[in-house]
Amino acid sequence: MSKDIAIKIENLSKLYRLGEIGTGTLSHDLNRAFAKLRGKDDPYSMVGQVNDRTQAADSDYVWALKDVGFEVRKGEVLGIVGKNGAGKSTLLKLISQITSPTTGSIKAKGRIASLLEVGTGMHPEMTARENIFLNGAILGMKKKEIAAKFDEIIDFAGCRMYVDTPIKRFSSGMRVRLGFAVAAFLEPEILIVDEVLAVGDAEFQKKAIGKMKDISEAGHRTVLFVSHNMASVKSLCTRAVVLENGSITFDGDVDAALQHYLSHGATDGVAEHKIFETDKNTANEQVELQSIGVRSKGKEYGDPMRVDEEIEIQIRFMKKVPENTIHTTLQVKDESGNYIFSLSSASTVADQEAKATGAKTFTVTIPSNFFNSTSFYVNLLFVQDGKTIALRVEDVLKFDILPKQAKLGEFMGKGKVPIIPQFPWQTDTKN
Amino acid sequence: MKEEWDIVLKPKRNLFDINLKQVYDYRDLLFLFVKRDVVTTYKQTILGPVWFFVQPILTVVIYVFIFGKVAKISTDNIPMPLFYVSGIVLWNYFSSCFNQTADTFAKNANLFGKVFFPRLIVPLSVVISNLIKFAIQFVLFAGIYCYYLFFEKTAIQPSLLIFLFPLLVIMMAGMGLGFGLIFSSLTTKYKDLKFLLQFGVQLLMYATPVIYPLSTIPENYQFLFKLNPLTHIIETFKTAFLGSGTLSWEGLLYAFGFTVVVLALGVIIFNKTEQTFMDTV
Repeated sequence: MSKDIAIKIENLSKLYRLGEIGTGTLSHDLNRAFAKLRGKDDPYSMVGQVNDRTQAADSDYVWALKDVGFEVRKGEVLGIVGKNGAGKSTLLKLISQITSPTTGSIKAKGRIASLLEVGTGMHPEMTARENIFLNGAILGMKKKEIAAKFDEIIDFAGCRMYVDTPIKRFSSGMRVRLGFAVAAFLEPEILIVDEVLAVGDAEFQKKAIGKMKDISEAGHRTVLFVSHNMASVKSLCTRAVVLENGSITFDGDVDAALQHYLSHGATDGVAEHKIFETDKNTANEQVELQSIGVRSKGKEYGDPMRVDEEIEIQIRFMKKVPENTIHTTLQVKDESGNYIFSLSSASTVADQEAKATGAKTFTVTIPSNFFNSTSFYVNLLFVQDGKTIALRVEDVLKFDILPKQAKLGEFMGKGKVPIIPQFPWQTDTKN
Repeated sequence: MKEEWDIVLKPKRNLFDINLKQVYDYRDLLFLFVKRDVVTTYKQTILGPVWFFVQPILTVVIYVFIFGKVAKISTDNIPMPLFYVSGIVLWNYFSSCFNQTADTFAKNANLFGKVFFPRLIVPLSVVISNLIKFAIQFVLFAGIYCYYLFFEKTAIQPSLLIFLFPLLVIMMAGMGLGFGLIFSSLTTKYKDLKFLLQFGVQLLMYATPVIYPLSTIPENYQFLFKLNPLTHIIETFKTAFLGSGTLSWEGLLYAFGFTVVVLALGVIIFNKTEQTFMDTV
């Protein structure tokens, strides 16, 4: 069986120093050297703490990865998912030999090529032709190999006309295409791809994903794909591992892995609840915002929210002055900050109720199949007497809606309309 | 069953585990880097490679004026322009190898952080592309040299030692590279050295008989200058081509040994640093 293993990772750990490097490094270095001299372990590796970025650090060192171990079979496309700071990039850096592990080992068969960036090392003053050779060589190709594939690369990038033009005259999109074209014709046994490849326009994204699929299907090529775009992981990978705080918490089938990721590690798409302390940004003489939360109806804060679920936004606040009415308005914006719509409590809450002082809870429910699967930002406004703004809190909430479970594979993330309301259609066929 | 692996990554490489075969495998990249350095230096300039001449010519003119006419420093009866150009051309090669390899890690952090290739390729490419620059500047020296040799009556006496010339160049390159590797490795963590380097190399030139002959130094101080291995290389060069200089075989041997040690030390430290420099740079 072990013949088929392309990569074997055992007990892999990486220790990082927190804070600034500089002050105290010399003394730590001396301390280390002294410990080594006495034949003891590195004194600082003992104190490293678990990699959880939300907790305050109580030691100067942190385990970015801790005892990670897995095997990848030849021809397998392994997805590595995890939230920001879970250790994905560290793992990539270790496998692609950019830095050395603190403990453990990585063993691999065949050439490893890593695509952490497109067009690495290209020089703006040089022509496309020169850059293809340079970039190819940086990625580990021989001059002969590049020369043999040169025409194909140029065609794939679609820049035959500009082949002898310095790339500083290229648009950034053209540069990315050129970089990707070179990478696409790499023929390593093991290819490591970072999610950066998922940037770029839709056409490019499709091309990139398609090419990776070809690579893995055509030969006995092994691909490691790191991403938190769940859709591309789902469409590409045959297996996935979930990283959480520097350790693997799940390893197995893609669907199960994504399910695990969504319900445990992910902050994206998780129902959020914020509680506010009194300060001048969220309170004044009129009102005081106490908390705001968003969740799927009937679920807990912290659960993922999906397109086919009803979304509930709840605002708790204190009304202080009896004279006037206070209504709440939510302004919902898309990822780029464009206003999509606003919801005002004035539409359904009676003025009498809006006038009463004391602690209040206003809740609005947005029907299912209204939000599309993308990110939203919310501004909260307290409107006094229907004309003046008593208090305004910008971007009080940010939440992501995840695609429907059954159609996870279709979701490609970007370039979609933010809302997909389902209003009744009448049909009338006369023939 | 014993498993066969092509790549094994472990926390700590042995100090002497230097993968020179891998460097050889990436030789295509080495030459492409050299090409990049040479081609891009003078892109979009009118004079192009002529600039390689301008800098030493202007330097010589200024040295002739300041050190020759104003300070009246002896040149051992060698015509001043020739004396200065011989020193400058050789010294420039050392100093540019040193200066440019010394910031290898800092300058290429972005590239090194994205893709793996033997890091030694970068400083090696610097040494080679500077060799090309040196060759062009050497033509300048050769031109001035031939002029004085054939058209003027001077004290120049070329000797068979000229055949040592390639060795002298290799030693200059080796020493520049070796020092550069050590500095680049140390500066990744302690940036202080960067400041030292900037004026250090300049000061070093004055501590080396580049613009004055060793013979002008009083006897009882000469041993200090002879501790500097660069002294012997420059003096041998001048003896070989100009026939004026202090040649000492022991000194040359000392310089050669020094080069080997510095270079070996540099490669070892560099090899050690490249494993984790991304974490400290």
